[in-house]
Amino acid sequence: MRCAILGSGNIGTDLMIKLLAAREMDGPLELVALVGIDPASDGLARARRLGIEGPHEGPDWILGHADELDMIFDATSAYVHKAQAQAYEDAGLIAVDLTPAAIGPKVIAAVNLMEHLDAPNINMVTCGGQATTPMVYAIRRAVESLPYAEMVSTVASKSAGPGTRQNIDEFTKTTSTALREIGGAETSKAIIILNPAEPPIMMRNTVFGALPEGTDHDRVIESIYEMEKSVQQYVPGYRLKNPPVIEAGPYTTPGGVVPHRAVVLLEVEGAGDYLPPYAGNLDIMTAAAQRVGEAIADHRAGARR
Amino acid sequence: MTTTPVTTVDTDYRLIDSTLRDGSHAISHQYHMDDVIQIVQGLDRAGVPVIEIAHGDGIGGSSFNYGFSAVPEKELIAKACEVTTNAKIACLLLPGIGLADDLREINEMGVKVARIATHCTEADISEQHIKVAKSLGLEAIGFLMMAHMNTPEGLVEEALKMQSYGADTIYIADSAGAMTTEDMKVRVNALVEALEVPLGVHAHNNLAMAVSNSIAAYENGAKNLDGTSAGLGAGAGNCPTEILAAVSTKYGINTGVDPIALMDLAEEVVRPIMPRAQVIDRAGLILGYAGVYGSFLLHAERAAERYGVSQADILFELGRRQMVGGQEDMIIDVALELARKHAEQELIGEEGNL
Repeated sequence: MRCAILGSGNIGTDLMIKLLAAREMDGPLELVALVGIDPASDGLARARRLGIEGPHEGPDWILGHADELDMIFDATSAYVHKAQAQAYEDAGLIAVDLTPAAIGPKVIAAVNLMEHLDAPNINMVTCGGQATTPMVYAIRRAVESLPYAEMVSTVASKSAGPGTRQNIDEFTKTTSTALREIGGAETSKAIIILNPAEPPIMMRNTVFGALPEGTDHDRVIESIYEMEKSVQQYVPGYRLKNPPVIEAGPYTTPGGVVPHRAVVLLEVEGAGDYLPPYAGNLDIMTAAAQRVGEAIADHRAGARR
Repeated sequence: MTTTPVTTVDTDYRLIDSTLRDGSHAISHQYHMDDVIQIVQGLDRAGVPVIEIAHGDGIGGSSFNYGFSAVPEKELIAKACEVTTNAKIACLLLPGIGLADDLREINEMGVKVARIATHCTEADISEQHIKVAKSLGLEAIGFLMMAHMNTPEGLVEEALKMQSYGADTIYIADSAGAMTTEDMKVRVNALVEALEVPLGVHAHNNLAMAVSNSIAAYENGAKNLDGTSAGLGAGAGNCPTEILAAVSTKYGINTGVDPIALMDLAEEVVRPIMPRAQVIDRAGLILGYAGVYGSFLLHAERAAERYGVSQADILFELGRRQMVGGQEDMIIDVALELARKHAEQELIGEEGNL
């Protein structure tokens, strides 16, 4: 399947390196171009060096070459994606959206990868959502009900770009929604913190789950360990920093009073493809998008056969 | 839509009391309606011009990570707006925890001042919220936390960003109570020199410097100072409002507030609800000494108890890791790691005895 990446910043460039490496291993995605808007950008120069096109005409280039493409990965901004999403669909392009525009159905690679393979537009939620929703889902599948779940994401200041900073509410709102819609929590909250420490800290994510009376705690812990393995299949640097713990309350959550909570302390080390390993937040996003793109390609190829 | 003018003061500085916000940390966010009514009325009667109320970690702070509020904070905020006569009601919001939508809600309730707080190097995450606050007609205060972790020049750079977004006042907060008077003076001087808008200072008492640092800040050009009744607050507590008022009066500084009325409030209303005296014990002093966020104190105490490790060790490790405000989850992380290390050492010890 022929594809292009739109947006030649950190995310787009990192994704390019991943897709080109996967193609070497006979992956189903053939990357044609990394498309930017700044002719002088480092990402575009790198694209040309790696032997693919590096045009700077932005969405216009994509729409002008729609016949030669099947899929695009949009790593621009929510604003740009919202403005162009309909045009991509009209041009017959599948859009994997890495911005928080949230037009298409949300996909968390380790949870609902197979559910939206025919959708014209797929939203990758947020980096924190990709990191924590799997663990919320892991707790949910081990309990009768999950009245409330919460995630706290701390990223190195250096790995949070201007887009995230100017619209931090979109991050927390979109992530919180994913904890409910995909994670299965009845109520939820998402928190993001930026830490400027030097050397930069690894991305840290903490998931809290409200455990109702009668929960089988061992089953919850087991489910969390299983999910760690599932995510590691596409994000090798995803790990439990400490063993998951069950703490005794009671806790008066927005979903009601519960006797216990599960605490899952995660760290995400990036693969270091384009950005340093501390930028696990960007890595988990590009790794998840690659996974989704490949699943769509395999699915469509299968449908054609 | 009208723009609220910055309070015109004929006093020497403007006093903002944060008993109902920062004080909330010290009682684990268990304020009830009666507390709010009595504290707002007491502060209002004493002539305090601005009263801040919210969860200790700002609007939206009620959570597993920071502790759930006993009463939904918006009910408390609405009540504060209802019972105040002269004092303006202020709320604190940390982008990443609270939302711009929250500002719209509290504006409807009658809140007049929004303090938008970020870590002292991350001012650019406040742009959205400062602009929304201004568009609603609220006074917007940019609030730079953990100010000891940035240089005077660095703080100026961040403060200028907040000023450019439209902040009416800029605050620096010594959130760890880690500054000496000299640390405070160089920062205040640099900021007063660089800013067009007034400066404010929020002090904590971990090194027993809160009142003297606040006075020094005023003498070097700060036009707003924060306090809490009886010093109720995160860590070893805040600058006690009644002591700040009393000391200011002795210096001949016109505060416009009645120190005696504030002493009555502290003694008769606030002290009776305090779970413990606000003293500088070992843990409180370590926060100031190691420069650790004050709100970590009680969370670290609970984690130490739960996992059988030392609270002091947790706090020092948090300082070493350069944790910033809001990273309360890392207290559990550190406690678990310390517990594991202890277990390993015991094992080695046992093997050594064989």
